[in-house]
Amino acid sequence: MRLRVLYFASIREFTGLREEEVEVTEGATAENLKRKVQEMHASLEGQESNLLVAVNGSFVEPKRILKPGDEIALFPPVSGG
Amino acid sequence: MIRVTRDDFNVDEELRRLAKPSVGGLVTFVGAVRDESEAGRVERMEIEVYPEMAEKQLEAIRREAIKKFGVEDILVVHRYGDLHIGDKIVLVAVSAGHRAEAFDACRYVIDELKKRVPIWKREHTPSGAHWVVAGRPD
Repeated sequence: MRLRVLYFASIREFTGLREEEVEVTEGATAENLKRKVQEMHASLEGQESNLLVAVNGSFVEPKRILKPGDEIALFPPVSGG
Repeated sequence: MIRVTRDDFNVDEELRRLAKPSVGGLVTFVGAVRDESEAGRVERMEIEVYPEMAEKQLEAIRREAIKKFGVEDILVVHRYGDLHIGDKIVLVAVSAGHRAEAFDACRYVIDELKKRVPIWKREHTPSGAHWVVAGRPD
């Protein structure tokens, strides 16, 4: 399945993209998708601890199973306020 | 009572939205752009947001705090875009019957916001721009 993945802040700069579609297998987890994105973008090397994953606007466990239509976002630790 | 916006806000106008006969205290926190940080002198700031998620997280924090501290209501406004020194960034306003719970709730909301609302600051200094390093969700 193809999922819409959004990038923000430093992760947006590393990938050079605001968003893209990423193909993952049925049953893939949030962690699987994160690894796939890291493989697709060599510029993310060394950013492991800076990559937070959200699904449909909520932080999720790495083992969260992704479903068709899910909106994924990858971004660094937040710094608002 | 949650707003993520490019526009500046007027604190008095915002507080009017919390007015109610049962309210005996209003506590506000206003965050502003400072001219220095750990990185040195700051000239201006950019703020990026993931709007849909930020609003969802802020609403969750607002509901948690109302329940946890028993306050009347909570309003949060957070700005994004290009900001200058002295510009207001964020407003947290809490209305309550009494001051103690209003102070506690206000502190809770701004602390949680800094941990789990998807907003990022980029400081521009004389030596270049950098993303502010900060919190993580618990």
